[in-house]
Amino acid sequence: MSQELPPLPYDYDALEPSISEQVLTWHHDTHHQGYVNGWNSAEETLAENRESGDFGSSGSAIRNVTHNGCGHILHDLFWQNMGPEGGDEPTGALADRIEEDFGSYDAWKGEFEAAAKNASGWALLVYDSFSNQLRNLVVDKHDQGALWGSHPILALDVWEHSYYYDYGPARGDFIDAFFEVVDWEEPSRRYEQAVEIFE
Amino acid sequence: MTYELPDLPYDYDALEPAIDARIMELHHDKHHQGYVDGANSALEKLQSMREGGDFGDIKGVERNLAFNLSGHVNHTVFWRNMSPDGGGEPGGELADAIEERFGSFDGFKRHFSEAAKGVEGSGWGMLLYDHLGDQMIVGIAENHQNQTPQGTTPLLVLDVWEHAYYLQYENNRGEYVDNFWDVVNWDDVAQRYDDCKGRTIQ
Repeated sequence: MSQELPPLPYDYDALEPSISEQVLTWHHDTHHQGYVNGWNSAEETLAENRESGDFGSSGSAIRNVTHNGCGHILHDLFWQNMGPEGGDEPTGALADRIEEDFGSYDAWKGEFEAAAKNASGWALLVYDSFSNQLRNLVVDKHDQGALWGSHPILALDVWEHSYYYDYGPARGDFIDAFFEVVDWEEPSRRYEQAVEIFE
Repeated sequence: MTYELPDLPYDYDALEPAIDARIMELHHDKHHQGYVDGANSALEKLQSMREGGDFGDIKGVERNLAFNLSGHVNHTVFWRNMSPDGGGEPGGELADAIEERFGSFDGFKRHFSEAAKGVEGSGWGMLLYDHLGDQMIVGIAENHQNQTPQGTTPLLVLDVWEHAYYLQYENNRGEYVDNFWDVVNWDDVAQRYDDCKGRTIQ
């Protein structure tokens, strides 16, 4: 199948002042689009190679699938786990599970922020289907630091293109601003889906 | 020893229009300073571990040392690799060596540029001296230290972390890489080549 860039679920200026219209425009229209294109292009290379029987470039094309595919998957979630009405704490089953697995919302948040400061890619809250629990991950680039069998629930992009134009080197301010627009509806949906499948 | 942030060898605005003053100021004063502080902090922690005998977080601290010290090394070389009087082509022995190794100066420039433009995420394009092969190679470093061949010395490095160009070039890394050649200080690169040449490891 061919991947397509989904439109943002809100206007480009909807997350201001946390994320500027300019940053969201570049981020969605050029960076995210680039990962979609990169994934499709790598798939084409793989298909051509399978057809011709010459697999010389397949190893690096598979790497391109991982890099661009993870870039697409995580941006797709990132847009959905923010919203102009966001900024609250999680509720319901996901809130209970965060408390169970991390001790408290504040303990989870402190750990997630530490992950975001340590990463050169993403901080992720994932459902780990091997251990049947939530955990935070530190991801470099889009794919380094993954735990097999984990499903992203909440994603925070800390690539410099995500904040540098708005915040300069002050990544901590951007992380604080992210929590002003975080929207837990999609994470709750994903969490409940994971529980249904894996527990 | 304690690492210290070296002064820039020119004013913040000296590399304009290739790199604007605001980028240079943040890049040198905040980012490079952060790597210097991070490297010193890692060394202090290692010292405490040796004294206290508790090596609990040894992996994390060694990781921080590699990241921050490599960041310090790369930026130190990067500032000196550029000059307001830069650009043009190398001369002398370095020019001959580049031609012999890469076919032509343009061939090298294309190779280096494509490597820098092709870095996935944060990292560097690098011309390295390989002390085992006694020759130059072009490499890519991710972050500051990953996928770097051992036993090499940086001769010419180009920072393609987004903090190095985003405020001026936005997402157009290619244009930044192309403009970099206008400020390359070939005298500095030639000096580094001369220091490395013939110094081989067995």
